[in-house]
Amino acid sequence: MTDLPWTVWREAVITEIAPVTPRVKRFVLAAGFDGFRPGQHVDVRLTAEDGYQAQRSYSIASAPDGTGTIELMIEGLDGGEVSGFFQEVAEVGDRIELRGPIGGSFAWGPEEGGPLLLVGGGSGVVPLLAMLRHRARAAPEIPCRLIYSVRSRAEAIALDELEVRARDEPGFGLHLLTTREGAGRRIDGAVVAAALADLGIPARCFVCGSNPFVGAASALLLAAGLRPATIRTERFGG
Amino acid sequence: MATRGFTGRRPPEATRERLPPGQYLTDDFPVLQIGPNPQIDLAAWRFTLREGARPIKAWSWDAFQALPRTRWGGDIHCVTKWSKFDTAWEGVSFDDLLADAGIAAPTDYLLAEGYDDYTTNVPVADLTGGKAMVATLYDGQPIPLDHGGPARLLVPHLYFWKSAKWVKGLRFTAKDEAGFWELRGYHMYGDPWREQRFTGD
Repeated sequence: MTDLPWTVWREAVITEIAPVTPRVKRFVLAAGFDGFRPGQHVDVRLTAEDGYQAQRSYSIASAPDGTGTIELMIEGLDGGEVSGFFQEVAEVGDRIELRGPIGGSFAWGPEEGGPLLLVGGGSGVVPLLAMLRHRARAAPEIPCRLIYSVRSRAEAIALDELEVRARDEPGFGLHLLTTREGAGRRIDGAVVAAALADLGIPARCFVCGSNPFVGAASALLLAAGLRPATIRTERFGG
Repeated sequence: MATRGFTGRRPPEATRERLPPGQYLTDDFPVLQIGPNPQIDLAAWRFTLREGARPIKAWSWDAFQALPRTRWGGDIHCVTKWSKFDTAWEGVSFDDLLADAGIAAPTDYLLAEGYDDYTTNVPVADLTGGKAMVATLYDGQPIPLDHGGPARLLVPHLYFWKSAKWVKGLRFTAKDEAGFWELRGYHMYGDPWREQRFTGD
């Protein structure tokens, strides 16, 4: 395994591509580094023949597993310059430039303890997936709940995995909210209260999603009496 | 290294000239921060200049509003790669803060401090001469809490993480001391035109 500083651009090879939802594909990359913390992201840089470049940030979905590979979940955005390339052009074997892992604030490891409350909206679940996967392997004794808000079950990322984990892993629970399916429910005080009744007072909360989602969810966590210093946020989009 | 099959969607020439390397233009105003918005009561709001731990001068909200006003319009650049053109801000310039405090900058560096305990370091030379302000209006309106109101630092020629949200003061330091993101590998200076995102860039 190479041991380049995380700020150096390196080539990663795409080793796997699979659809996850109608809008999201998963990409496994041989990234050449393994020492990342769940919640961190990588910067990806694409270069055209004439040297024109575009960069974007993507959260790592996988837990560190010693293989030097990382998994990204990339949502195709309408007219997305980089996400469009990943949706329509990228193939297994392609080489992509990236650097990372990046980010020190929105990251969790077992040394930070628990209980652990994860709150994700839409593709904001991706960095949380890395955390709960890592927890299952490295610290299953730490209680963890995921509140996951999506438009519909079909658009939920890794739903099968999450439901299996909720069934099989003692200490992990899933609160799935579908906003445009069935009765249609958004995150509210009752959902937060139910998760906290299950979990106890979390030592750490991580909230990730669109700007309005993160604003609403963090306000609910504060209203439930959680301390601001225990809440970490990351907002997608722009 | 060219990426197979990537052609890119180049912005018009006039846009490209205003975009630092690696940036893209957005019409939105994305929100990035490490935690929830702090709750700030204007009646209790203070803005304090310090040298180390020693307070030099503090202003209440009303006293701050009475200071000379400065306007700035132009482009801002976030390290997460979005840039936003033609933003309009109003507030109190760093020069006017020093003048009202009746001091010259006691050191060459400082840390901006936010109500959320965020910090970021900036050389004094990058704040003087009309280069920076403590802004209280965006687009003619009070800055929304999401965007760092009631007051945020504005240092528009550096990546926007230097423009600390919810700023509560500036602390002069003897040396260039790393702030929150700088301790986590972000560049000590952060010039978007030299693409100084991270240490070593």
